[in-house]
Amino acid sequence: MSEQQVNEALDSITSVDENSEQYLTFLLGDEEYGVEILRVQEIKGWDQVTSIPNSPHYLCGVLNLRGTIVPIVDLRLRFDMPPKEYTPTTVVVVLKVEGATNRTVGIVVDGVSDAHNVIPEDIKPTPDFGSSVCTEFISGLVTLENDTMMMILNVDRLLSVEALG
Amino acid sequence: MSIDISQFHDVFFEESFEGLDAMESGLLNLDIGAADIDAINTIFRAAHSIKGGAGTFGFMAVSEFTHVMETMLDETRNGEREVTAELTNLFLESVDVLREMLTAVQQKTDTDDVRIGNVRNKLEAMMAGESIAVEAEPVAVETEIIEEPKYQGWKIQFTPHAHLLQTGNDPVRMLRELSSLGELSTKMNDSKLPPFSDLEPEDSYLSWDLTLLGDIPEEDVVEIFEWVDEDCDLVIEPLAVKQTTQVEEKVVELDKHEAPATKTVVEDITPAEQISAVVEEVEPEVVAAAIDKPAPKSKVAAAPAASSIRVGTDKVDSLINLVGELVITQSMLSQIGDNFTPNMLPELIDGLAQLERNSREMQEAIMRIRMLPISFAFNRFPRLVHDMTEKMGKKVELKLTGEQTELDKTVMEKIGDPLVHLVRNSLDHGLETPEVRLAAGKDETGLLQLKAFHQGGNIVIEIHDDGAGLNEDKILAKAIEKDLVDANDELSPEKIHDLIFLPGFSTAEYVTDVSGRGVGMDVVRKNITSLGGSVEVVSKRGQGSVFTIRLPLTLAIMDGQTIRVANENYIIPLISIIETLEVNSSDIKQVSGKGELYPLRDEYVPVIRMYDVFNLNPETTDLEEGLLVIVEGDGQKVGLFIDDLLGQQQVVIKSLETNYRKVLGVSGATILGDGTVALILDVPGLITLYREPSLALVVNNDRAA
Amino acid sequence: MAKILAVDDSASMRQMVAFTLKAAGHSVMDAADGQQALNIAKTQSFDLVLTDVNMPIMDGLILTKELRALPAYRFTPILVLTTEAGVDKKQAGRAAGATGWLVKPFNPDQLLATIKKVLG
Repeated sequence: MSEQQVNEALDSITSVDENSEQYLTFLLGDEEYGVEILRVQEIKGWDQVTSIPNSPHYLCGVLNLRGTIVPIVDLRLRFDMPPKEYTPTTVVVVLKVEGATNRTVGIVVDGVSDAHNVIPEDIKPTPDFGSSVCTEFISGLVTLENDTMMMILNVDRLLSVEALG
Repeated sequence: MSIDISQFHDVFFEESFEGLDAMESGLLNLDIGAADIDAINTIFRAAHSIKGGAGTFGFMAVSEFTHVMETMLDETRNGEREVTAELTNLFLESVDVLREMLTAVQQKTDTDDVRIGNVRNKLEAMMAGESIAVEAEPVAVETEIIEEPKYQGWKIQFTPHAHLLQTGNDPVRMLRELSSLGELSTKMNDSKLPPFSDLEPEDSYLSWDLTLLGDIPEEDVVEIFEWVDEDCDLVIEPLAVKQTTQVEEKVVELDKHEAPATKTVVEDITPAEQISAVVEEVEPEVVAAAIDKPAPKSKVAAAPAASSIRVGTDKVDSLINLVGELVITQSMLSQIGDNFTPNMLPELIDGLAQLERNSREMQEAIMRIRMLPISFAFNRFPRLVHDMTEKMGKKVELKLTGEQTELDKTVMEKIGDPLVHLVRNSLDHGLETPEVRLAAGKDETGLLQLKAFHQGGNIVIEIHDDGAGLNEDKILAKAIEKDLVDANDELSPEKIHDLIFLPGFSTAEYVTDVSGRGVGMDVVRKNITSLGGSVEVVSKRGQGSVFTIRLPLTLAIMDGQTIRVANENYIIPLISIIETLEVNSSDIKQVSGKGELYPLRDEYVPVIRMYDVFNLNPETTDLEEGLLVIVEGDGQKVGLFIDDLLGQQQVVIKSLETNYRKVLGVSGATILGDGTVALILDVPGLITLYREPSLALVVNNDRAA
Repeated sequence: MAKILAVDDSASMRQMVAFTLKAAGHSVMDAADGQQALNIAKTQSFDLVLTDVNMPIMDGLILTKELRALPAYRFTPILVLTTEAGVDKKQAGRAAGATGWLVKPFNPDQLLATIKKVLG
C-alpha cells in the first residue's frame, strides 16, 4: 500500500461491521504487526532525524513534523532484530500514544501492508511462545484472510515515556 | 421585559478589584494629618462605585459592608473626620475583607463571616465613636397603622412656577401620568398668561385644576410630582369630605404611635400635607424594601476565567499594518514565482530580504502583545512593605523605578514570588531597626529600591537596600558547618556571597514568620533560572546589598549560538556564554578527583568535553584543535570543549518533553532554517551530567525476551 | 426611539444601562466622566441625559450645570443617578438644574419605567 493510499484510507475510516475495527498492518522482517487505524496519525517517508544524547539505541532521534518535535523509534532495534539501513522507501508510521499525556511518536518499519477489518472475537490472547518480541507489547493475535498471523501491538505500552528511555 | 444583568457581573468584578487596588494605594499614600483632598475623593469614589454596583447587581452583603466605609470616607472628605493612622489601617483591613468577599461571590465560595463581622464591628465602632456629625438614620415609620381606605379620587391644583420648564420637566408629562392612574378631567387656567409681547417663551404661566377619579393611594399621586414639588404649587385634596375626617383620625393616631425622630405633625396643616410629610419619611424604606429582593440566580455557573491580556489598540494596529506589508511581499514573491526567469534573481533576493524583515517585525510586534509593564508585579510591594515594616517596627522608604518597563506576561507572573522573597529578605535581614541604624550613623529610615530596565535583549530588575549587607563571616561559618565548602578554601567575598544560593542555606537565627520557612535562596535562583534568567548579589558590609535579576524578554524565543560537536549541531543560549577561547593542552591542569581545570584569570574552570558527556565520536580529542566555550549556569562557570563555532541566530524554543521526555543537559529544541531539529543545551544540566555521569545511564536493556 | 446619553464612571453600570436602554429601542451613547459627556453633548443632540453624581474630573452636578448653560440643553430632561435618597442630595441636584433623579441601586425595569415617565 502506498503512502497515499494509506493516508486516503485514514481519511475515510468507516466500519464495515459495527463490531469490527480497522487495523493497519506493517511488516518487520517476516512478521506482520498491526495497530488500530484510529491510532495512526499519518505515514511518512524517512526524514533526517536529530539524535538525542544518551538515549536508547532504538531511539533514532527526533524530527520536525510541521513544527512539532516528534521522537522516532526504530522498531527493529526495539525488538532486537538486525538493523536495516534507512532508504528513501523506509516508512515511518506516526502514532497517537495515550498515557498521562497524549503524545505523538513515530516508528520505523520495513513497509506498510494493508488495512484489515477485525472483529473482537477473532483476537486471540498471546501465548508466551518464542517470538522475537516481548509479549508485553502484544495485546493479541489475529489470523488474517490469507492465513498470515498479525500481532496486534499495544502502542501505549510500547511507546510509553518510560519505554523511550 | 426581563433583562439578565448577570452578563455585566464580570465587568463589575474587574472594575471593583481595580477600585480596591486604587483604594489601597490611595490609603497607603495618605499623609496622616495633612490628607490630600483629591486622594480622599479618589478613595471615596472607589468605595462609592463598589457600593453602588454591588447593590445594582444584587450583592447586598458587599454593598452593606461598603456602606459604612463610604459614610466615613464622606465625612473625611467633608472635613468632619480626621485621617488617623488607625483609620487608614482599619480601611486597609476593610479593603482586604472586601477583596475576599468579592472573590467569594465571584467564585461562589464561602466567606469568612467571623472576620467580616469582626472588621465590620470595628468600622461601626469607629464611626460611632469619633464621628463629629451624627448620622441621621432613616426612620422606620409604622405605616401599618394607616389602613388603606378606599379612595374616591383626588382634587389637584397644579400651578407650575415660571421656571419649571427649565428643569427639563414638562407639565404635560405629569398630566399624562395622572391620566394613566385613573379618570382625569382637566381644567386649564390661563389667567396668568401675559400679552403676547410680554410673553417669555421659556416660562410657564399655565396652571391646572384637576380631578382624578379612582381608588388611588395618595402617594401615587404625590410621586408623579416628586421631581417638581419645589417648582410648583401643589394642592392635593381627597374628593369625599368623609374621607378627610377618617384621614384626620388616622393621622392623630399616628401622632401617638410615631417613632421619636419623626417630624411632629401639627394639626393646622391640611391632612394631605400631614400625610405627605409622613409619606416622605416612608419613601426611603419603601424603595429599600422593594430593592431588597434576593439576587437573581444566574443559571450559568461561573466558568474559571481563561487567562487573558488587555492589549492597547496601538499594538494591534501596528500588527495589522505589518500583516498588510506581509501580504504585499507575498504577492510580489508570488508574481516573481509565476514568471520566473534567471535574470529576475536580484528581484527574488530583494523580495526574500523583505520577507525576512516582515517576519522579524511581526515577530517583535507579536511578542510585544504579551508584554505588560512590570508595574503589575511591583504593585503589591507598597502594601507588603507597609505591613511588614509595621510588624517589624522598622522604618523603610520604598522607591520604585522603571515601572513602565515591559516584560512577557508569563515571565512576570512567575517572577512575582521570587521578587517577594527577595524583598522580604531585604526587609527582614538586610534593613536594620531604627535604633541600630542611628547607632551606625545612618538615617533611621532605610531605603529599599526596586529598579527595572531593559539591557540588551533582557530585562534587569535590581533590589537595592541600604541595610547591613551580607555578613561574610556568618555565611562562611554556616557553609563550612554544612560541608558546602572546605574550611581551607580561600574564597573571595563575591564567592562567599554567592553561597547563599546553595540549597538549605539560611543564616537566620530563627525562622521569622515574615520570611517564611524553608523557601531558600536556592529556590529563588532555581525559579529564575527556569525562566532562562539569572540572579546575583553584590553586597558591602554595613552599606547594603543589591540583588540583580536578569530575565529574557520572552520565553519562547532565544538568542542562540550554534556549535558543532562531532557531527552534531547544538545550540547554546547566548545568555549563558561568557567567552570563547582557543586553548593549549599545557594550560590545562589535571586535578585528581576534580578532572581537568582551566585557569581563567583568577579562578579555575572545569573543562567539560562535550563528546564525552554526550557519548559522541569527536572529530578530535585534542584540545588544541577545538574550542573552549566558557559558560555559566546556576552560578557556576565551566568550559565546554567543542569542535567548532557556527552561526548565531534567534531561535524559537520548541518543547522536547511534549512528545519525548526530559533529557539531562538539554533544555529544548528548535527547528533550523533547513527544517532539521537542533537541540538547545542546558548548562546546569550539563554540569550535573559531567559531575554524575551515571545519571545519563538510560535503560538500555532491551525488553526483548 | 430616543437618543440618550448615559454617564457613569463605572463600566459595569454603563454597560448595564446602555444594554437595557438599547433593548428598549433607544439609541445610547455613554461617557465615563462629566468632561467626556460634555464634549459629546456639544457635538450631538440628545433627548435625555442620565448621569451619575460621583465621577472623577467632572462630577454629575457640575455636568448638569454646564449642560443647562448650553442652549440646546436648556429644556432637555437630565436625570441624576444617586445612591442617596436624602433630601439634601436631591436639593443639590435640583439646584444644579436636574429634572429629577433615579435612586441607585435600581434594576433595569425601574430604569425603563423612569425613562418612560420622562420621555412619554
